Amino acid sequence: MLFPIFGVLFDGIAYGMLLFVLSVGLSVTLGLMNFVNLAHCAFAMLGGYVTVTLVNEFQWPFLATLPAAFIAAAIVSVALERVLYRRLYRSSDLDQVLLTIGLAFISVAAAAYVFGTTQQPVETPTILRGSVGVLGMDLSKYRLFLIGVALAVTMLLVAGLEYTRFGAQVRAAVDNQRMARGLGIDVDRTFASTFALGCGLAGLGGALAIEIVGLDPNFAFTYLVYVLIIVSVGGLGSIAGSLIAAILIGVSDVAGKYYAPELGAFLIYLVMVVVLMWRPLGLFGRR
Amino acid sequence: MALATATMTPQGYLQAQSRWHPLEIVFWLATLLPFMLFPDYLSLASQIAITALFALSLDIILGYAGLVSLGHAAFFGIGAYTAGLISKFGWGEPLTGLVLAAAAAGLVGFAVSFIIARFRHFTLIMITLGLGLLAFEAANRAHWLTGGSDGLQGISMWPVFGLFKFDLYGYTAYTYSLIVLFIVFLGTRRLINSPFGLALRGIRENWVRMPAIGADSRAHIRKAFTIAAAIAGLAGAVLAQTTENVSLESISFQRSADVLVMLVLGGAGRLYGGLIGAVIFMVARDQFSGIAPQYWYFWIGVLLVTFVMILPNGILGG
Repeated sequence: MLFPIFGVLFDGIAYGMLLFVLSVGLSVTLGLMNFVNLAHCAFAMLGGYVTVTLVNEFQWPFLATLPAAFIAAAIVSVALERVLYRRLYRSSDLDQVLLTIGLAFISVAAAAYVFGTTQQPVETPTILRGSVGVLGMDLSKYRLFLIGVALAVTMLLVAGLEYTRFGAQVRAAVDNQRMARGLGIDVDRTFASTFALGCGLAGLGGALAIEIVGLDPNFAFTYLVYVLIIVSVGGLGSIAGSLIAAILIGVSDVAGKYYAPELGAFLIYLVMVVVLMWRPLGLFGRR
Repeated sequence: MALATATMTPQGYLQAQSRWHPLEIVFWLATLLPFMLFPDYLSLASQIAITALFALSLDIILGYAGLVSLGHAAFFGIGAYTAGLISKFGWGEPLTGLVLAAAAAGLVGFAVSFIIARFRHFTLIMITLGLGLLAFEAANRAHWLTGGSDGLQGISMWPVFGLFKFDLYGYTAYTYSLIVLFIVFLGTRRLINSPFGLALRGIRENWVRMPAIGADSRAHIRKAFTIAAAIAGLAGAVLAQTTENVSLESISFQRSADVLVMLVLGGAGRLYGGLIGAVIFMVARDQFSGIAPQYWYFWIGVLLVTFVMILPNGILGG
């Protein structure tokens, strides 16, 4: 009886960590730049397809494709940011929602056209396959790897935003754009870099997700809901909030599927609505 | 023009707004054309009228009060399931079915409006999305009641007024949908051109300042949301009655997104925006039904991006 509880907890945390990598980029762009980007998971999907193509067509090792997935998503996002997104920074939520939902529709159709609608397989290196025994439990190596990556991302992000020059510029640009410009900060460039960072992380998340949840053209919408839930529950712009919300949602989703499959996704939607009604800015929202 | 408005009394302004434009009369006469020109497409015409009614209900809250909702299909679905279930359990009279479905959706809408009125912006988008998904999951899980993913079967409607049977060609269906649409449109038009409608536009422009001139934003939002929910329920009920079937799709996120798209394409905040958007969207989808659905959404995506960038106020502008 003890094992299922810990097993579910472990799987839930690993799943939550995956959701965290997928969503933290949105938390950054939405929280810091106030841009409702519903195409966020389209960038994740792009990262996933980059990994699949490199592994299956060009025989790259899986781990080497992860940076490629990050970079590809970041480059595409900067291009879109320069051409489309930046014009809408001051527009209403509705315009932002419509533009990005349009981009998400396009990405789904494009992915279906190029790769077909079937699930894409990917081969992980032998070192990440199988499981290790810890305290009498079998823990999947890939899930341990996921947890490690997510923790590293958290630390890098927190350190980057809190202690580096770039982080200070981002926070200054968000707090008061005009003042930041007056101090000689290139606000446009800062926003573009922030956006690229956020979308790159989504690309990385998409690549990591293939092994756990698979990859098909509907990824852009299926996981968008999860990502939005995590960002809004965790609080916009709060990295720690996203991490905690991701674990909360990951564990409740896995536990819900294990203990009460008849409830389906009911549980997480309910968690979100209740949290938002209680704290409209999310658990750790500051503004 | 600006001068003329400035010197007009408030009553005069509202009366001028509510005067019928000749183009409006042309539009409503044109809705009769399918009977003569496209008798094979009356079922489609009926679907268009229903969708237009749904878009009209979203227009009240999104176009006029400025509340973005990603879960409006919940009310459409509640109306559809209510109407379907009433008929399934032995009462197939259409008009009472309509009234009960609208009342059910309106009641749920009234309860939800207390939540809606408290939030704005991103939180509101997320809450409407969450409630919409909850409604979908509830309908999906309550298989014993709604038929789940198999759809609600076994609806059989009695003839309207005991005279007009719902036929295979959609003749009655289109007449019925069109009449409901027209009556609700008249009501909505009256509502929008009333001081209440003006207050809604005020809320859209400045939510905080409206209470300062004596209009309680939240109370207005609650009323508008309840009315919109009831109309959405009515649209769902008409769909359930004319097709004698309710699928899970009628309460899905897809439907919420579609209606948002067509309202925006037509022009939100204009009475005819949703109507024209629905006509264009549904006719285009019917024409392109040969291509796979995922490619249909490619073009919808392209349209959305183009509209936001070039025509942010929709086809009707403004």
